[in-house]
Amino acid sequence: MNTNSIQLLHIRDLKKYYSVTAGLIPRPVGEIKAVDGVSLSINEGEVLGLVGESGCGKSTLGRTILRLEEPTSGDITFNGVNVVRLTKNGLRKLRSKVQIVFQDPDSSLDPRMTVGDSIEEALIVHDVKEPEIRAARVAELMEKVGLEAGFVERYPHEFSGGQKQRIGIARALAMNPQLVIADEPVSALDVSVQAQILNLMMDIKEEDGLAYLFISHDLSVVKYISDRVAVMYLGKIVELADKREFFQHPLHPYTEALFSAIASLRPSGKERILLKGDVPSPLNPPAGCRFHTRCHRVMQVCSKEEPELKEAALSHYVACHLYS
Amino acid sequence: MKVAYLSDDRMTGGTVLEVKNLKTWFFTHRGIVKAVNGVDFALNKGECLCLVGESGCGKSVTALSILRLFDSPPGKIVEGEISYSGADLAKCPVEDLRKIRGKDIAMVFQNAQSALNPVFTIGDQIVEQIKTHMDVSKDAALQKARSLLSEMSIPQADRALKMYPHQMSGGMKQRAMIAMSLSCDPGILIADEPTTAVDVTIRAQIMHILGELKTNRKMSIIFITHDLSLVREIGDRAAVVYAGKVVEVAPVADILRNPAHPYTIGLIGCLPDISTELKRLPSIPGSTPNPIDIPTGCAFHPRCPKVMDVCRKVEPELLNISDVQAVACHLYDSQGSTK
Repeated sequence: MNTNSIQLLHIRDLKKYYSVTAGLIPRPVGEIKAVDGVSLSINEGEVLGLVGESGCGKSTLGRTILRLEEPTSGDITFNGVNVVRLTKNGLRKLRSKVQIVFQDPDSSLDPRMTVGDSIEEALIVHDVKEPEIRAARVAELMEKVGLEAGFVERYPHEFSGGQKQRIGIARALAMNPQLVIADEPVSALDVSVQAQILNLMMDIKEEDGLAYLFISHDLSVVKYISDRVAVMYLGKIVELADKREFFQHPLHPYTEALFSAIASLRPSGKERILLKGDVPSPLNPPAGCRFHTRCHRVMQVCSKEEPELKEAALSHYVACHLYS
Repeated sequence: MKVAYLSDDRMTGGTVLEVKNLKTWFFTHRGIVKAVNGVDFALNKGECLCLVGESGCGKSVTALSILRLFDSPPGKIVEGEISYSGADLAKCPVEDLRKIRGKDIAMVFQNAQSALNPVFTIGDQIVEQIKTHMDVSKDAALQKARSLLSEMSIPQADRALKMYPHQMSGGMKQRAMIAMSLSCDPGILIADEPTTAVDVTIRAQIMHILGELKTNRKMSIIFITHDLSLVREIGDRAAVVYAGKVVEVAPVADILRNPAHPYTIGLIGCLPDISTELKRLPSIPGSTPNPIDIPTGCAFHPRCPKVMDVCRKVEPELLNISDVQAVACHLYDSQGSTK
């Protein structure tokens, strides 16, 4: 982590629980701990990659930062402002500075609005009153994401998946945000188009000094775009480190297994670690370390005590009893 | 000039399935969707042939065409041959196909959730399939189902037999479906993106199982995927599909080391890989063509970095450039300027 840079977002012990009801007369029977005590920070202009399998809580974390989901407890600070306590007006201001790009551009664009209107809507919501300024900004944004200015009159169905994702990005950039939460932005795209969008996101980051929280299940994509990487498992961060350190010396057994599970075009020759079974239900996570039921290096202590996220090497945090 | 379907049968037991100039079109009110538009390939005994391509390129419809599992109408095989043990599956009556489906040629789908029947237990579904094709008692069928589930490393197979699909996790359903597809000991398995809907750790498990089928059961597998890294892992040969046609076919090692078609080169180049450090990803401009409106000449010409005049007019044929590699590109034929 670059110590000179300014902290943009800071999350401390964030929790998001959903209560589960059952029965004819619904009664709460348990809680899904989607995000269970996550602490992390993102600096200005930094890309934090957030990796995990489906259901690990990575998307919920992204949505909770924007208060699209109300946090159960914990603190979120953005530019010194406590996000958890913001009122409706304050939230609107926040959302001009923190934006989100979704996985599926098909369902995040209104099929009845032209793409020009869709992008302009963001400007209207944030009180840009002069129509000429709005039109000029829309044209500028279209050019920035590599679409012809003439396309503003078209509807989403007239575009390919990659083009729609470009429109989603243009929309997110409308108010010059400082942080963009990108929730699996390329996983619905074909590989040849995925590379175009990743390059575009890198260019925009360089030009505008944006920070990203880049949520993905794909370690190869995360390696390409991130400065730092965090791994989530069942609602908790299990490892967090600078990209280079993370990819050279992964510490947590779960990270090891993730690396091993990746099919590469250039095989490493190492013996593959095959994890047993599936991710346990977040409704009833295992006691102790949540990964101990699938861990290939499990010890006795793992089923009893929950490991804390600790600095095992310089700026390399890991939550595992092997390193404590 | 040799036209190649490339059945490299020097090491294997010959060709078990051959697809020639297959065209499966869908007649819709918006126009004719030429999903499969002249696919050629041959599957050798005991090999894993990968059909690689991006979404909409026709790789799945090719697989569905082999067993004629697409909706008809609007779909129709308008041309071509699918030779399997003396019969032409493209033209034979549906009754004959029914005897082949699931028995000789089985299929595994991308989404196990929608491929399994939600109102029957896994055991019932496997037993039903066995009893449809074989004259065995229910007990024997149940016994077989149990051993298949254990072979797929499903823990407590007895319990799994009594489970409904919704009681299983995604990875378990996928394995149950593979178990079901193997229930009549088919010679050919068609796996259509079997790992796309599951997480990486589960994907590694499924790939491990498929790899074992190839070694232990000597099955011939058609593996359909968009992911070249999986091709490297399991494939013997790969056929790259673009706009409803095979544009390149070769042994996996050759195609990854020396790709010939500009599309294959682009596809390999634009993949971010865990083992490399890149400042910028190479990418292919534009996007895949709409199968209603396929470009003239070579379908890849609007995106091709090496496009020539002839590419816009004449459709290239799939021709051998070596004993084992064939490519459909004017760069490599007499109409092109080089070679």
